[in-house]
Amino acid sequence: MLEFLMNQAVYDFVRGPLVWFAFIVFIGGSIYRIYLMISSAKKEKVVLPYMSFKYSFRSILHWVIPFGSRNWRKHPVMTIVTFLFHICLIFTPIFLLSHNILWRESWGITWWTLPEVAADIMTLIVIFGCVFFLLRRMLAPEVRYVTYPSDFLILAIAFLPFFTGFLAYHELLLPYKAMVVLHILFGELMLIAIPFTRLAHMLFSGFTRAYTGSEFGMVRHVKDW
Amino acid sequence: MAIGSKKPESKWGKIADAGLDEAIKKLTPEKIEQTIKKVLETMNVGRLKAYVDTCIHCGLCSEACHHYISNDRDPSFAPVAKVRQTMWPMLKNKGRVSPEFIRRAAEIAYTECNLCKKCSMYCPFGIDMGYIMLCVRRICHLLGVTPLYLQDTAHSHSVTMNQMWVKQDDWIDTVQWQEEEVRLDLENPYVPIDKEGADIMYSVIGPEPKFQAQLMGYAAKIMQVAGIDYTYPSLDGWDNSDMAMYSGDHEIMGRVKRAHFEAAFKLKVKKIVMCECGHAFRSIYDVGNRWFGWKYPPIPVIHSIQFYYELLRDGRIKIARKFTKPVTLHDPCNIIRGRGLHEMARYVVNATCEDFREMEPNREHNFCCCAGGGVINCGPPWTKKRVISNRVKADQMKATGAPIVISPCHNCHSGLEDIIKYYKLGLHTKYLSEILMETMEIPEELKHREQKTEE
Repeated sequence: MLEFLMNQAVYDFVRGPLVWFAFIVFIGGSIYRIYLMISSAKKEKVVLPYMSFKYSFRSILHWVIPFGSRNWRKHPVMTIVTFLFHICLIFTPIFLLSHNILWRESWGITWWTLPEVAADIMTLIVIFGCVFFLLRRMLAPEVRYVTYPSDFLILAIAFLPFFTGFLAYHELLLPYKAMVVLHILFGELMLIAIPFTRLAHMLFSGFTRAYTGSEFGMVRHVKDW
Repeated sequence: MAIGSKKPESKWGKIADAGLDEAIKKLTPEKIEQTIKKVLETMNVGRLKAYVDTCIHCGLCSEACHHYISNDRDPSFAPVAKVRQTMWPMLKNKGRVSPEFIRRAAEIAYTECNLCKKCSMYCPFGIDMGYIMLCVRRICHLLGVTPLYLQDTAHSHSVTMNQMWVKQDDWIDTVQWQEEEVRLDLENPYVPIDKEGADIMYSVIGPEPKFQAQLMGYAAKIMQVAGIDYTYPSLDGWDNSDMAMYSGDHEIMGRVKRAHFEAAFKLKVKKIVMCECGHAFRSIYDVGNRWFGWKYPPIPVIHSIQFYYELLRDGRIKIARKFTKPVTLHDPCNIIRGRGLHEMARYVVNATCEDFREMEPNREHNFCCCAGGGVINCGPPWTKKRVISNRVKADQMKATGAPIVISPCHNCHSGLEDIIKYYKLGLHTKYLSEILMETMEIPEELKHREQKTEE
């Protein structure tokens, strides 16, 4: 197994064609899912006429600001963890130095990068965020009651790329090269999973919030935060 | 996975309801499957799919629900838990669920959720769990599995176009009886019926002529004092309440709304003003209009709270002496969270009462009365469960220390009375019109000759 992971051909494969595949599935799948959602909303004729930019953004704004809504204020620990977790989860891979080098090697493009120490801390935040969510799933009765095996699965899908990335960077557990192959594989798995699992909340949540915000603003004349 | 905890049924016992128990005996797995598929495929439930795919099962909605908090935070009462016990299995098994499952789903959707939609304000993604419960109700309705009392109300709508089996002669008779009642206080009062071209069609709900006719008398008096040009329709359409909307019977809901709007068109009025009712208001500004493809109601509709607010603001009625006892105000979901009339309600209360005390939480964050959403219409079998599942409301009212709770909604009014009785709170409930009645100034020229102050 270790030999397989250390094999240059395997590395080239996961670093080359599989990246293409993952991104195509991720982007294509995401567009497809959003297209499906909007067209089914169109069919249910009472949805789109009530969408309003003003009220959508009013609502989204209050919910993307930590403690901006009453329910965020009611759950301070969850709020802090979930905001840090999601910020680190999205920005660490985009602004990581080593990822940037890969982009430059492939396409010659590059952008701002995070200092390595910061990236390391942010990775740890994601890892501990996953542990927090796991414990919350198992220990909080209202969460445990609605927990299915798939919830653990999507948590694992989010956890593994960061965990293996951290181990690879610090050369722990497995040789660097093997761990990096695992890291790339899990990263690709996550990209592929986003449109087709409940990780799709990344795609949909803005729309559902916008719709509820619009209904509350236009029809119900009240705040929804 | 999904470890369930035991229902706190011990508190209210096993509840028998022929509308559920007898109906499921006639169900076959094939019929259930076909019906669920039909609803999911032909009802254009675009939102349902997006909601279910987006939900991350985080449980953050729990904090919103009065059922959950009142039942000692039993996780099976959390909003998402209700979806997990109803819609998720239906979708996952593509409609292949048992008759017993449908009974439980009906019990949850009809009696453990008031469709107050507070949870959609607490879900970070804004998922509308009330809408999902309405989809479950639609399925149960099409399967014929609805609580007996609620179904009876829907039947009444279907037959008489009002909620309480009121016949047309009873209706007209009640209007005129209340005109007579006002005759004791006012000189020559007049309650116009079928007055074409009046400014306002005043609309009440079935329970008013049935057993709260004095409220129509109050309205007659307020209208007379404020000098409002209004009318009642003599034919169907005077009742805009709509329990069919809650039983899942969209077709009858549509017929009732159509009759209501058409009554207003026939009378050529400028707007509809309606009594202090919540769900009826929701059915005309939000639900019924959409059924007919109107983005907004085809004719302006105004709730009593706004009507009284405008009358007081414009000085059309004046307050003679303020109500002295301390009062608190219950914010009904369909008017406040549903229409943002909370500041107007406070304007009216502050204008008429000396000592107003807020409940906590209040305004759009208020807890539901647990009677709305058709739950009180599920009838006596479910009353105990309903009041136990709203202990939080009892605590909320008690904490204000006020002996009077104002509730500008019929459902809330009755629901709060049940809670007050069960928890022995010793409070009294009042409508805003009752408060106005006790505080409003009656101009000398309108007073009955025997009531005139001696000069």
